Amino acid sequence: MDATSSLRIEGVSKSYLQRSTLIAVLDSISFNLETATWTTILGPSGCGKTTLLKIIAGLEFPDTGRVFVEARELSRLGETAYLPQDDTLLPWRTALGNAILASEIDGKPIADAKREALDLFDQFGLSGFESLYPSELSGGMRQRLALIRTFLTHRDILLLDEPLGALDPLTRATLQNWLLNVWSELKKTVLLVTHDAEEALLLSDRILVLTDRPAQLQLDQAVELDRPRDRGSSELVSHKSQLLRLLLEEEVGT
Amino acid sequence: MTSRWMRIVAPLMLLLLLLGAWELFVRWFDVQPFILPAPSQVLVAFVANFTMLVRHGAVTFSEITLGLLLGGVGGILLAVVVFYSPILDKALYPLIIGSQMIPVFAIAPILIVWMGYGLWPKVTVAALISFFPLVVNVSDGLREPTEGAVDLFRSLGATRAQIFWKLRLPASLPTLFSGLKVSATLAVVGATIGEWVGSHEGLGYLMLQSNARMRMSLVFAAILMLAVLGLLLFGALRIIERRVLHWRARKVESREVSR
Repeated sequence: MDATSSLRIEGVSKSYLQRSTLIAVLDSISFNLETATWTTILGPSGCGKTTLLKIIAGLEFPDTGRVFVEARELSRLGETAYLPQDDTLLPWRTALGNAILASEIDGKPIADAKREALDLFDQFGLSGFESLYPSELSGGMRQRLALIRTFLTHRDILLLDEPLGALDPLTRATLQNWLLNVWSELKKTVLLVTHDAEEALLLSDRILVLTDRPAQLQLDQAVELDRPRDRGSSELVSHKSQLLRLLLEEEVGT
Repeated sequence: MTSRWMRIVAPLMLLLLLLGAWELFVRWFDVQPFILPAPSQVLVAFVANFTMLVRHGAVTFSEITLGLLLGGVGGILLAVVVFYSPILDKALYPLIIGSQMIPVFAIAPILIVWMGYGLWPKVTVAALISFFPLVVNVSDGLREPTEGAVDLFRSLGATRAQIFWKLRLPASLPTLFSGLKVSATLAVVGATIGEWVGSHEGLGYLMLQSNARMRMSLVFAAILMLAVLGLLLFGALRIIERRVLHWRARKVESREVSR
């Protein structure tokens, strides 16, 4: 296998039993993720994107198929940094306390973790907010904090489940730029789930489009646009309308 | 006037109004003190018998706090055990709820037979009556974290113990304190009932003795003392709660400002 491949998914399928009917969610999904690249999974809502992320994170098991991290097949709990879709900041911890959660779980020295977190806070415009509680932060700041926490896990693979989905368009655009900056500095392997075609085109090296349930890989496309990308550029707009057409066909087909 | 002042002044005004009406009623209709003493007579009795009230109050207060401590620790442990063991949950929960249908009044005499006239039967009654709100509240609190939060911890490789100490327990603290405050008021009831059934000291004992001797103003003075002790305990819990849940206090403050 490719030496720079950090994550490999091989023929992963998954079904759920719901009220005694078997619902197929994922249908033999396969792909590789190369180290330090940004890949985005795009698909109609409810198509099983979250299930796929959970399987990769080791939270759920595929019915068939295998997942390899750095060519090793193992329990992936503790191997990746998974950012769930719902708000997972701990309300009783300060912003700083939330940011260092992973180091605490790993049993690493707290003082080092705090120092490192403060650097990141400074770098990413959250300095001065370290001792505030999540309830005292705005939606955009909360999400930024959740992302900082994800970066501070020191895992090489980040699994982000619609991290900007609940934000207003302006905050969202700001955070997209911010996220790209952070990523280009830290060089992690990112797998982002979204249903926003523009977001996918702005951020990713590669886009995977899933079909509706049971999800199959419909399109695997490299995005060869120079960064930073302009959301108004004719190339991006034409790519976007292609992707939207593809997604729309899927929605209508159901 | 600020809302903070209103919170102190408003109930005080209402209380004075009610006491004034009571005083007037007793004087107007010339009610006998052994039927209903006037508030002023109760106050006189309270001051005159203060050392005695403190002595008996100390006994009752230790029964209340020990009972609350035992019932509290027991209730929290039971909630945790029931949370982590589905079998024990199914086996114990109906029994726990069933046990609450038995009035403590029925159990207190039995406990006197088993444990004698000392401190422990009262502590036991107070513990038995105060553990239930904690079982219910802590069970709910441990289920508070969302699936996403648990997933986050698990994906980071957190152990079950870490998920308990860093996620479930802190998440359960707000409901735990709500339960504790309910339990505190119940523990006062429990200790008093325990003393009524059989004792030679404590405010419950003092009430019964004074009642039998038609010293009604002393009965009321003992009730007043009991209320003061209950309020002290409640106030102490509120202070601890604010310390522990300071992250929550801030949220409440900002909400009040915006109102």
